[in-house]
Parts: sequence; C-alpha cells; structure tokens
Amino acid sequence: MKAETREVTVSVNGRELTRRTEVRTLLSDFLRHELGFTGTHVGCEHGVCGACTVLVDGVPLRSCLTLAVQVDGSAVETVEGLAPEGELSRMQQAMRDEHGLQCGFCTPGILMSLLAAERDGVSCERACTDVLGGHICRCTGYQGIRAAIRLRWAELEHEAAAPHGEETPA
Amino acid sequence: MFPREGGRVKPAVFSYLDPRTLEEALGALADHGDDASVLAGGQSLVPLLNMRLARPEVVVDVNRVPGLDALRVDAGAVRVGALVRAAAVERDPAVAGALPVLAEAVRHIAHPQIRSRTTIGGNIAHADPSSELPAVLAAVDGAVVLRSAEEERTVGWEEFFVSVFTTAREPEELVTEVVFPVRPELEFRWVEFARHHGDFPVAGVCLGLSLADGAVRQARLAATGVGDRPLRLREVEAALTGSVLGPETAREAGELAGRAVDPPSDVHGSGDFRRAILATLVRRTIESWPGQAQRGRKGAAA
Repeated sequence: MKAETREVTVSVNGRELTRRTEVRTLLSDFLRHELGFTGTHVGCEHGVCGACTVLVDGVPLRSCLTLAVQVDGSAVETVEGLAPEGELSRMQQAMRDEHGLQCGFCTPGILMSLLAAERDGVSCERACTDVLGGHICRCTGYQGIRAAIRLRWAELEHEAAAPHGEETPA
Repeated sequence: MFPREGGRVKPAVFSYLDPRTLEEALGALADHGDDASVLAGGQSLVPLLNMRLARPEVVVDVNRVPGLDALRVDAGAVRVGALVRAAAVERDPAVAGALPVLAEAVRHIAHPQIRSRTTIGGNIAHADPSSELPAVLAAVDGAVVLRSAEEERTVGWEEFFVSVFTTAREPEELVTEVVFPVRPELEFRWVEFARHHGDFPVAGVCLGLSLADGAVRQARLAATGVGDRPLRLREVEAALTGSVLGPETAREAGELAGRAVDPPSDVHGSGDFRRAILATLVRRTIESWPGQAQRGRKGAAA
C-alpha cells in the first residue's frame, strides 16, 4: 500500500510554511524533520512524557498525538518562538535563575505548557501541580521548576499591580 | 541522520478522510465499516497507531464535522456532543451547576495538555475498563446516541458497554452524543485511587445518595477498574437504602462492594488489591459524606 500524502500549510511562530507530507506523519515529526523545528522534543511518543507539547491555535497539546494533516490551516507555536535568537523569555530566564533544568530535554514542552497557563491566567498553585503534572522531568526532582514558576508568577503579579505604562521593556 | 523513508513515521500506512459534514462522515463509515477507525481527540487512538497496536486501513477524522461540539445543559440532562473536549466540560459553569460530579471526574482524566484534546464521545466509545466517565454514565443511568447513514438510536449505558474496549456501536455508526441525566434528588461524588494523579485509576467509584434525616432514601453506586466494563453495585445500593449513615454502614458497604466484584489481575495490581481498594474507597466516601448523624467517632462535616 502506497503511503498517501497531502499538502499541509501551517503557520509556525508566525511564519507560514507549506510541505507535502504523508498523512500518517505526526505533528512532532513534521515540525522536527520536515520543517526543522528541532526544539520540540520527542520522548515517549504516546502522550505521557509531555516533551513534545506545543500550542496549536493557542491550545497546549501533545504533538506526538496529533497528525500533521490535522493542523492544516492552524497556527502552531513552538519553543523557538518564545524569544528572539540569543535572548530568553521571562519564563526561560526564571528557569535559568532557579535551576529549573539540567539536561533540558523536557524543558521545551514545559515552557509551552506554562506559556498557555500564563495566558489563561492559571494560578501559581495550579501551574505547579496540574500543569507541571503533565510533564516528566528525570533530572530536577521538579523543585527547581516549581521555584521558577513561583518566580515568574510573582513577576506577573507585580506587573499586574504596577501602574499602567511602567512595563519593563521586552 | 534520519532516513527520508521509514525512520520517522510511526503509524502504519492508512488512508485519511476528513469529512466536512455529518452525512459525509457517516457515508465514510458505511463504506469502510470495520476497516475504519474514527479519530476524534486522538488521545487513545494515536498512541495505538504509533505503537501499531491498531492498523486501520482508513482513519476518519471527525474534527472538521460541524455540529458535533455542542454542550447542552437543560433540566433533564447534560448532553455532550461527540467532539466536546474534556477541558470544555471541566470549565463549563452550567455543568458545574447541574452535574458537578461530571466535571470532578473529568479533572481526574490525565493532564490539562491531554484534556485539551480528549473528547467525551471518544472516551466513552473507547470503553477503557479503568476510565472514569463510563462509571459516571452508569451511576446516572445515562445513554449514548449512535448515528449511522440509515438511522439514529439511543442505547442505555448497560447495553452500550459490552466488554474491554468493546461496545454496542456498529462499525458504520458514530457516537454523536453522550447523555448524562441530571438527577437533582441525588448528590454524587467521584472518588478514585491512582498511583499518580492523571493515571488511570486502580479503582474509582461514583456514589450518589439522597438523604432524609440522616437516612438513605436512594443510593447509586458505580465503579470502574474492577471489571471488564463499568459496574453498578446494586447489592450495595440495596443495602444502603434505608440505612443510617455512620461508620458501621460505611464499613459494611465497603465490604459488600469488595465481595460484589471479581476484578482481573494485571501489572497495576492483583484482583485482591483492586477489591481491597474498592472496599476502602466506598467506606471512606460514606464516612466523609456530609449531613450524617454524628455518632462521636469520626468528625465528619455536618
């Protein structure tokens, strides 16, 4: 049986890209091997570890449990889109400051889940339990990641309380 | 480096259909029957594809079919369209008001990054014997709406769940709606034990009680993880009816529940372990039930 292919057009971090791919190609493999976004990591390939988590139309999901053809016409956000080359987002900086990673394999997925949590106004408590619960980290014991989440969420609280117009430049 | 062919794709070759209308979707199922798998949230199907435990010839992706994502709550029931995501049920204020146990059970399904995609229809249609929602459906005496190109039929939960991963759905049928009746006279609780939050539970129970002066007027008890499908424990319901809630009633109901099931042994625990967990869950759920007569020993909240 010959593998069926389709043309898939997707916006990745704001860049529109089109590729012809097999209909059985997973979004995780499409991002990594067809489009070169290797920041999305692939661990268990059955939805358990969370390393491959990306945002599709703003929703966090497992890219290993999504077919590339399913996101045709959608906007995908990956870890590469968090900050310009050579810079760190605030959450990435917090992870660095609090030793929220060692080998870094699980980090891209965690950062994408936390980005969605930040946008959705999820509480610090739920980000540290429910949201982080969807990721497996075998290095840190999670304490550093939780410290990073608390640091970033404290910043968010501070920003929300700051008078309008005094946001720190990006 | 990864080879261009063979190294990076995991599922076996299939042909992919993404119908844009319900008629088209039902037509595809009529054409391909047993050779087709329906893809909704994909949180159970895609792992099976990745591990090649499932090798369907055709995947019918219903995500672009309009009209399947309606979540309706009226006085009679919570009606969940096949494509409603678990996350939507979890957050819906009308569900929280009408049948809070449904949202509570949903919160035990995996993690937010999975619940964003998991559909209620898919969860029910997959019929995992350790899943939460089939037991909730059993506790409220719910039903599943099935559509084929020919007809629509509504099947009660007891007829729908046949065995492990096996339901009364015919290959040419699509689950279009899951109906959870609202039973305002009963108050329901979901309690489960899992090794980690988000794992499938070793056992879980959905208990519904209506109380008058501390005595049980009506009881519903459904369990998951202790059989090949969700079970209603009717002998426990009968024993509870008319009894006064307290430590004795709780202990007896737990023991009776443990004796009523014959769970299989697997890597997650022996049959006896599951039975013991079920007995403990039932006992503790009753012990901590609010509104029972205080008899000194345990300070259950009034």
